[in-house]
Formats: sequence, structure tokens, C-alpha cells
Amino acid sequence: MPDESLMKTPLYDLHVESGGKMVPFAGYSMPVQYPLGIMKEHLHTREKAGLFDVSHMGQAYIRSKDGSDPAKIIEYLMPSALAVLKPGKMRYTVLLNDDGGIEDDLMVTRTFEPEGTLYVVVNAACKDKDYDILEDKLGDRITLEPLEERALLALQGPSAEAVLSSLAPEVAELSFMEATMVTLEGVVCWVSRSGYTGEDGYEISVPSDEAAALATRLLAHEDVEWIGLGARDSLRLEAGLCLSGHDFDAGVSPVGANITFALGKKRRENKDFIGADRIASELDHSPDMVRVGLVPAGRAPAREGTEIADADGKIVGKVTSGGFGPTFGGPVAMGFVPKELAAEGTKIQVMIRGKAHEATVAATPFVPQRYKRKQS
Amino acid sequence: MTKYTEDHEWIELDGDTVTVGITDYAQKALGDVVFVELPEVSASYSAGDEVAVVESVKAASEVYAPLDGEIVEINDALEGDPSLVNSAPSSDGWFFKMKLANADDMAGLMDEEAYNAHVAGLE
Repeated sequence: MPDESLMKTPLYDLHVESGGKMVPFAGYSMPVQYPLGIMKEHLHTREKAGLFDVSHMGQAYIRSKDGSDPAKIIEYLMPSALAVLKPGKMRYTVLLNDDGGIEDDLMVTRTFEPEGTLYVVVNAACKDKDYDILEDKLGDRITLEPLEERALLALQGPSAEAVLSSLAPEVAELSFMEATMVTLEGVVCWVSRSGYTGEDGYEISVPSDEAAALATRLLAHEDVEWIGLGARDSLRLEAGLCLSGHDFDAGVSPVGANITFALGKKRRENKDFIGADRIASELDHSPDMVRVGLVPAGRAPAREGTEIADADGKIVGKVTSGGFGPTFGGPVAMGFVPKELAAEGTKIQVMIRGKAHEATVAATPFVPQRYKRKQS
Repeated sequence: MTKYTEDHEWIELDGDTVTVGITDYAQKALGDVVFVELPEVSASYSAGDEVAVVESVKAASEVYAPLDGEIVEINDALEGDPSLVNSAPSSDGWFFKMKLANADDMAGLMDEEAYNAHVAGLE
């Protein structure tokens, strides 16, 4: 029985037609898998190309009210180098609270609008919260315009470039974390070379009314299959990428979450953002608990919430994301451990259903990322 | 004689011992099985106890003792190839064999017709 209180993306009917198994997710009815199943969907994405409906995520424009650079303004809440973003360049960053904890992670792209307008994509479960924070803290200086009438598709995997460039050859020229305007099947879309699977690929922001036709066109390519939320999660886990609200939350700083790459070098020196003192202090002296990759021995997956024990059996932490990695060929996980146990190769234990299983602290990604970075 | 439980297990009686596995409906609902945790041989269970765990990419699910009894054999093949649960749920993908405390208990389980009706009611 469909739950009428759930929102639907513009691709809902197409998911149902395609045999998608619809489940509630962040207030939306979303496909967790299609008839192919999570395992095959995951492997297909790594071998060819997977199409994901990520229209539930929040897309918005951010502009300044006084005509100044909106990136300079939002940098107060985000510790990455955003003001330096040139048109068509994007960056992964985090939205911080007063204590330097992470409210959400997001992508910020500089558009080609002369005012330096930013295009942001935030997590579905956090969009209302994120917009409220931006409004509360910066509402006197910026306007945030949610793009309710746009769908978002992700095309990910080694065939993604061939598939999308058959519709618009210029997308092949984009490097990882670059974006541009492209006409696909006669429709103006905003296309970035990005994603959250560890594979090369694109995200395509398309007007809602045109989304189903574009998805159908992409699916007509023999290399493209629909991929559901189940495989999306196993793909991002293997790629070592954090899931907001799970692998970090409002109590954890970017240092504890081990995403210090998102901290701009100059921004660290200038400490010109909210919560900078705590973050600076944690950069100097690691926080007590840090996020690490974990590889359990054997085949039993250590899922979210599984307790982590040291070699002596003392409970010291918890798994925040975990499962079976279809490409890795075994269980993988991420979780928080005391800094003394965070070195790669450290032997720890994961308490699966009360039984201790050996595990090793490991580098992430578990499966190499294959982004098309700019050749320098 | 094969019987079924509401938890989508099949139970095949041979003498006073049953072989237990999960049904095709159950394996389809679980998806790709990646790990199976089996009980210790000679452990005793009451009907409804959690005996084994089957993990798919998606989630972990419990397998319950269909009746009172003692584990006499487990399917070691599932350790190396848990996908047998998907490819052959009612044959090579069996979980464990159990010596029943009371073979008459079988009468309380569903036959194939009743189980099919149970499944039809879920869809």
C-alpha cells in the first residue's frame, strides 16, 4: 500500500514501471533496489554505468543581497576555500555549527551567473535544517532559493562518459569537480562531473517535467541500469565516503570525522569560520575519537551500531557504517575508535551479535576511486 | 513430508530428524545472501529460539527453531558459498538438521497449501 504522506520525485512512476522496490527514505518514496538486486546493481555500476535518482536531495541557489560574493559570506559556516571557486568549479564542504560540529556535508558549485551565484546540493534528510541554519545565521546577507522544480540524476561508472557524451560531446571535457550548462535532448541541464560512488560520472540537474524523458533516454543505452539506494550505500561505503548523520553528526568536527581535506589551507590559518578554535585545537592535538576504516576478518558484516572493542575486549567505540562490499569481496566498515587505536593495521574487535570478531583498522577507500581528475 | 512456518522456513522430516532451510519467498525478499551464521552442533533449542542468522547486502535476519530439538548437523557449504541460499533455497541451501524432541510436533506446522495461502496473503 503506497504511503500517501511520502513525497514522490518526478521519476516515481518510472521507478514503479521499472520494478523498483519503493521504501520510505527521508520523507520520500524511493527505490531501494530494482529487479537486478543490490549486488548486481553495485557491480554493474563499477563495470559499466548506473543511473541513480537523487532528486530527493536539496538543490538551491545562494545569492548575496548586496551584490557581493555569496561564497565569501557562506564561508563563515563552511571551512573550505569557496571564495576562490571559479565559474564551473565545485567543492565538497561541510556546514558547521557554533561548536565546529558538522550539521551536514554538501557540494558547492560556482555557476556562470555574473553575480557569482552558487549552486548547492545538500542531503535529503537535512535540507530543511540546512536551509534554516543558513537563513538564521546569514539570512540578512544572502537569499537561498530552493530549486523545487528540478530533478537530479546521477550517472556513475566507467561507461558514464561514453553514454552522456553521446548526447553532448562537451561533457567529456569536464574534469572531476567541474560543472557546466549542457543541452541534453533539447533541454538545458546543469551537469557536473561528480558523484558519490567513487567512480567517474556525472550529476545532472534537469527540469522536473523533462526528467523522466531524459532518464528513459539514458536507460536506452545498453550499458545503463537503474540503481537503487541499497547499492548507492554499498558503493559510497566502499569508496570510503561519509554518510551524513551516520559517519558524523553535529557533535563531530571535520577532524574527528577524518575529512580534513575539506579544510582550506588558508582558512585553517585565518580561522575565519564558526567553531574554528575547536577545529584548530583538534588539528594540533587529535580529538579523542576519530573515524577510521575497518576490515573485519571473515565474512560477517559489522553493521551500523556494532560495538568496537580493543584487543583486550574493552568496548571503545562503534561502527557508524558497515556492510558487505560486493567489489571488495567481503565486509567493510567505518567507525569511531580512540586516537591511540586509529593507526592503520591496528587490530581491534567488532562485537557482532555479542561475539568478538577480529578486525583491522584500514585505509579508505576500500576500493580505489576512479575520478577523472584534471591532468596537471 | 515438507512443512512450513510463518517465518518462511521449510522443514523436511526424515525419521525423527528434520532438515531446515528458508523458502524461495524468503530468499527473494532477503536478496543476495553474503553470510550465514550457523548454530553449534549438539546445541538444544526451543521452538521460536533464534538459531541462525542470514545476512544479505541489505540487512541481517534471524532464522528460528521451528520446533524443540537438538542440532545434529549444519550445512558447512554455506560458509564458503552463502549464495547457495539464493540459488538453491530448498536443496543445497539448507541451514541445519535438528533431532526433534517430539516428532508429533510436526503436525502443528503448515502444509504447502497453507503456506502458499499465507504468502499470498502477504502480497
